[in-house]
Amino acid sequence: MDPECSQLLPALCSVLADPRQPVTDDTCLEKLLDWFKTITEAGSSLLLLQENPCLLGLLCHVLKPQDLSPRVLAFSLRLAGMLAAQEDCFQYLQQGELLPRLFGEAGPLGGAAWTAPSVRSGWIQGLRSLAHHPSALCFLADCGAVDTIFSLQGDSSLFVASAAGQLLVHVLGLSLQGPAEGHPGLQTGDWPVCAQKIVSHIEESLRSAATPQITQALNVLTTTFGHCHNPWTQVLWVRLSPLVARLLEKDPVPAAHSLVDLLLSVARSPVLSSSSCGLWETLAQTLSHLSPTQAGPLALGILKLQECPQALRAQAFAVLLQPLTCVLEATAQAPGLLDSWDGTGGASVTVDTLLASKAACVGLLCRTLAHLELLQPLPQRPSPWPQAPLLGATVTILRLCSGSATPTSDAGGHLCAFLVGCVRVQRAALDFLGMLSRGTGPRELVTQVFAVLLEYLTSPDSSPTVLKKAFQATLRWLQSSPETPGCSDLDPHAQLFLRELLPVLPKRLCSPCWEVRDSGLEFLTQMIGRWGGQAGFRRALLASEVPELTEQLLRDPESYVRASAVAAMGQLSSQGLRVTPASPEHPGGQQKSLLAELLHILSTDSEGFPRRAVMHVFTQWLRDGHADVAADTERFVARVLQVASQDLDWEVRAQGLELALVFLEQTLGRPSSHCPYAVTPPVAAPPGPLAQALRPLCRVQLFEFAFRALFDCDRPVAQKSCDLLLFLRAQTASYSGPQGSGSVPEVASVEAALQRWQAGDQGQPLGYLEPEVVVAVLRSMDLEGLRGALAESSDRVEKSPQSLLQDMLATVGALGEDEADCY
Amino acid sequence: MLDCGLDMTSTLNFLPLPLVQSPRLSNLPGWSLKDGNAFLDKELKECSGHVFVDSVPEFCLPETELIDLSTVDVILISNYHCMMALPYITEHTGFTGTVYATEPTVQIGRLLMEELVNFIERVPKAQSASLWKNKDIQRLLPSPLKDAVEVSTWRRCYTMQEVNSALSKIQLVGYSQKIELFGAVQVTPLSSGYALGSSNWIIQSHYEKVSYVSGSSLLTTHPQPMDQASLKNSDVLVLTGLTQIPTANPDGMVGEFCSNLALTVRNGGNVLVPCYPSGVIYDLLECLYQYIDSAGLSNIPFYFISPVANSSLEFSQIFAEWLCHNKQTKVYLPEPPFPHAELIQTNKLKHYPSLHGDFSSDFRQPCVVFTGHPSLRFGDVVHFMELWGKSSLNTVIFTEPDFSYLEALAPYQPLAMKCIYCPIDTRLNFIQVSKLLKEVQPLHVVCPEQYTQPPPAQSHRMDLMIDCQPPAMSYRRAEVLALPFKRRYEKIEIMPELADSLVPMEIKPGISLATVSAVLHTKDNKHVLQPPPRPTQPTGGKKRKRASDDIPDCKVLKPLLSGSIPVEQFVQALEKHGFSDVKVEDTAKGHIVLLQEAETLIQIEEDSTHIICDNDEMLRVRLRDLVLKFLQKF
Repeated sequence: MDPECSQLLPALCSVLADPRQPVTDDTCLEKLLDWFKTITEAGSSLLLLQENPCLLGLLCHVLKPQDLSPRVLAFSLRLAGMLAAQEDCFQYLQQGELLPRLFGEAGPLGGAAWTAPSVRSGWIQGLRSLAHHPSALCFLADCGAVDTIFSLQGDSSLFVASAAGQLLVHVLGLSLQGPAEGHPGLQTGDWPVCAQKIVSHIEESLRSAATPQITQALNVLTTTFGHCHNPWTQVLWVRLSPLVARLLEKDPVPAAHSLVDLLLSVARSPVLSSSSCGLWETLAQTLSHLSPTQAGPLALGILKLQECPQALRAQAFAVLLQPLTCVLEATAQAPGLLDSWDGTGGASVTVDTLLASKAACVGLLCRTLAHLELLQPLPQRPSPWPQAPLLGATVTILRLCSGSATPTSDAGGHLCAFLVGCVRVQRAALDFLGMLSRGTGPRELVTQVFAVLLEYLTSPDSSPTVLKKAFQATLRWLQSSPETPGCSDLDPHAQLFLRELLPVLPKRLCSPCWEVRDSGLEFLTQMIGRWGGQAGFRRALLASEVPELTEQLLRDPESYVRASAVAAMGQLSSQGLRVTPASPEHPGGQQKSLLAELLHILSTDSEGFPRRAVMHVFTQWLRDGHADVAADTERFVARVLQVASQDLDWEVRAQGLELALVFLEQTLGRPSSHCPYAVTPPVAAPPGPLAQALRPLCRVQLFEFAFRALFDCDRPVAQKSCDLLLFLRAQTASYSGPQGSGSVPEVASVEAALQRWQAGDQGQPLGYLEPEVVVAVLRSMDLEGLRGALAESSDRVEKSPQSLLQDMLATVGALGEDEADCY
Repeated sequence: MLDCGLDMTSTLNFLPLPLVQSPRLSNLPGWSLKDGNAFLDKELKECSGHVFVDSVPEFCLPETELIDLSTVDVILISNYHCMMALPYITEHTGFTGTVYATEPTVQIGRLLMEELVNFIERVPKAQSASLWKNKDIQRLLPSPLKDAVEVSTWRRCYTMQEVNSALSKIQLVGYSQKIELFGAVQVTPLSSGYALGSSNWIIQSHYEKVSYVSGSSLLTTHPQPMDQASLKNSDVLVLTGLTQIPTANPDGMVGEFCSNLALTVRNGGNVLVPCYPSGVIYDLLECLYQYIDSAGLSNIPFYFISPVANSSLEFSQIFAEWLCHNKQTKVYLPEPPFPHAELIQTNKLKHYPSLHGDFSSDFRQPCVVFTGHPSLRFGDVVHFMELWGKSSLNTVIFTEPDFSYLEALAPYQPLAMKCIYCPIDTRLNFIQVSKLLKEVQPLHVVCPEQYTQPPPAQSHRMDLMIDCQPPAMSYRRAEVLALPFKRRYEKIEIMPELADSLVPMEIKPGISLATVSAVLHTKDNKHVLQPPPRPTQPTGGKKRKRASDDIPDCKVLKPLLSGSIPVEQFVQALEKHGFSDVKVEDTAKGHIVLLQEAETLIQIEEDSTHIICDNDEMLRVRLRDLVLKFLQKF
């Protein structure tokens, strides 16, 4: 510990021990504990105590009957536990009987402070830290802590209850660390007393009729099997699995969610899943006993397992598919391949659940669709994957939701009544439909998919979120549709769909709801990015009103929409899809250029999003050599950098640096590639051409922009600028100007100006700089040092322990002063 | 009578009434029978395969055959759309009763009627067709004329004089005001949330409650929200006036309306919105107020053309107490509750009584025109349809759900302008009805038959019907339905002095009884117990007051008895009074006490006691008095 901190610590301890000076900020105490943790992890706790007797004083002091705040008491318990984690320190504290007084019956346990959840939590966390050596186990047994932990499992505070469960798992693991690890065959009867006590408690809880107790036991076991993969866990499972299996005999199965978690935790344990301890049978039994809603997560968990018997996987998949089978049957469609997966005979239960109530139906379908969506991309997903029936079921669900399906049975009628207009199911089904685009399907079904998507995109009843999902799913399906051989254009089917879709898009772009306009524009941008070069798409797009409307949305009142419109217009223009018709406001077709319009947005828009979007578009344009930019690149870069340098949004300034870097690369060549086959650009240009090459950079005042950014108050901007200048310096390494660097008088004045900038006075511009001056200034600057300083977090000073102690003392001191004033 | 609506769909069978001579309409060919007989060609004209009556439009009146409307005492009006037939009833059927409605209902109803009369009267048509109504001829006509019902009862529009006379019979009421109807029932209007001043009605007696729910909305629009709580505990809830387009969500439709409007105007086209001069138009204007800037439509003029446009826009601003909470609070700022005031102030919205006059000089295109009538058969809308129908740049957007837009457009075919159907009906849909019924829990629901089954075109949509328990009782046209409750109790008031004289006796804990001797006085369906007249004083003279002749004689009544006889104590009392040899036998219904010596038998049962003795009246009286000692008398 620093001597400065050692000096401050006694004062802080006395403040903490003083009930008249309450610590109001919990985070300070947390930070203090973090600090102690780093100290104890790095060195001896005993030494820490001996060197700082005030800590011991604090621990002794909190035991006195007084009106101490629960925060400080909890802190002290946690600190004591942390210190006692090292056995020698534990013994030292034991000598003074301090630990039993803190954690035993005589401590806060029996007092009024115990009513505060933070004290109970501190007690548990203290013991959790303490329990790291065999002596600790004896201590726990002696002070009767295990029984208290048992009771805390049912604590009214969920945090306390959860921590108690975890502590129990930790103690069990600790007690078995020595004996059971040495002898994996050791039966539970031979386990240490403490472990036996815990196991008996779990058994008792599992036998209990009360669901909360069963849940507690199952949660402890879930954590145990999830964290401990020692051989003794197998012995434990063998002993407890009959009790777990017995839970399935009850109707309804108690604590089903916790049971599922436990079984999956066991199945994932490398120790248990490989052995034949009846696990697969239990899982199969559980699948058939749980209700469809409860069985879904278990089925998904089973299907995610790397290794698992094929029959069980088939059963699990059948459980997952059942609701969709019911949907297909209810709408008088052949379930197709889904039939072959249905081997559990639980269909009637699923139908009952689906038709029980709207909430049950919606919940089950949403969960099923979400589970299948998670399963679809996994390599271990069931094979053959029933792509076609799944597509059919999803399309049917979407049509039931929109009211366009025509169910022929009573069950179908009920489903229709439940699902019509249900946004939750629509969202889940559209997500899953999008995911299904990864696979192929029969042409007829794909047609149906596009038809249902078009229905959703057209329907005035589609909510903004549903519409967004429909756009996303549409994009995915369009991307997955096969390209016409040899033509790299969309296939005729997709083209037909586009022809129907494009008339819908203008209506969406005119929607009174900004979210709809925004998602319409995002969709458009992605479409152009993907198919902007293809003739069929270009024809369809140019024949629609979309490009014109998009341009009008640059003036939308909603900033998000303006930003999306900027991105879309950037794409349209890049692909040569911007139309410039003669309009009443611009007779003769002399429309304002998009570049000017975007520059106007960059310099005047009051919101950051559109300005950032403009910078992205400009950077992309520069990179791609957009015609408007290529006409006069220097002028373009100069104007953009000038506007960006004055922007209040740091992201705009940072993007300005990105643009500057692109310009730099285009002027000087890319940073050297490490690829051995790449053509290596010259490491450094010879003096003459380099000076010439630097001249355009000087003309666009790139250096002024970069130097200003170097001292930017926002660290990411400064870092980016530093990187850019370092790259530039590397490029000019071999350059030696006509005169020696530093001999130019301008260099000194630039350096002086930069120093003023660094000090915060950025008023004076640098003006035009000669390449030689720039190179000299770059060489004279300690850019590496600056980069190092910027890499450190900005609160490095404030985060130091000394600062923390000072802050805490100052806060309390200030409180004291206030009191004095008041007095 | 509940409501008094007018079926205006009959007008769809007629040719439109153009404001100025329309060569197209006047040159339509006459219709002739298949055999070439052209005797109807003056009355019927053919347009794009449809046949129309070339005459002044006529309306289908409420059923007048089933009951004699002169016997109707009261008409309760729910909203201004449901009173359009009122002049036909009040002026031509001998109706002498009272009509109850809220003030905005009457004022806006007057505007609607005034507009209707104005639309029809300002283009007088000399020709009146009646030949086609002959039943034998009607059979020969093509659909839909062939299938039109009760054409003989169709009537021309009423006059302004009749409107004024009808409106003068209306008594204004406020929400939650209790109105006594002949002492028999009390009626109360409640806010229904659908339109300014729209009401549901509660009709209740002391022991029965019937709710009439018509044209209600749970959406947050301009009117005061629907009062649901007061509908609770109804014996019967009569439910009508649900949305006509249950599949169209009003929010989605408003979005469609705005998008299509913007697209048309951006392309240089005009937008025509056929509408009523009040109601949804307020919400549409509010929506456009927020939308036009975002859509870049700030420079596009909006025109509202109706003979009552000005009154409608101004009335809406003054009915503060009938508005939703947000709008009410604006009034106290003070600000106009509706933003159309600002639209007018900034010249974005202009209103005109007709397209003649100022409008002609102000008219600028592209523009948006709101005008009537939504049937497209009369009003300024006819002119705009003729004017703009030929260009595909223009769009007509239907927002009123009352008329089939395809039928409305039929006489304008072929039509190049775009047609968009965005029906905005804010009235209850079936999901909202289910929630409402769950909340209100009436014992019985009565509704039109159409609500109890899915629409014929969407027979699978089980969600588009009323689903309640017990199932709703349905009715169809001209069907008489007995409501499932009987009046079993009447409330009777007791005069205070009579109440004072009562001496209640507690016969069981918490239950007291008292005998009442009084005169039941019934007048105006109210029943009052008054003290009985004092026994007539023996005057001794000949003169008796005339009034006392009417008072019925009051006999001195024997006291009523209650309680039960404890047998053991009764036996002890008998023995005390000298009866010996008393025997008690238990029977199925009670006990028999035998006095063997006296050859007397006392039969004690739960509700009677008999003393059977052999002609010994003295003994019977003694025993009776003994029995009475154990009973309470009052």
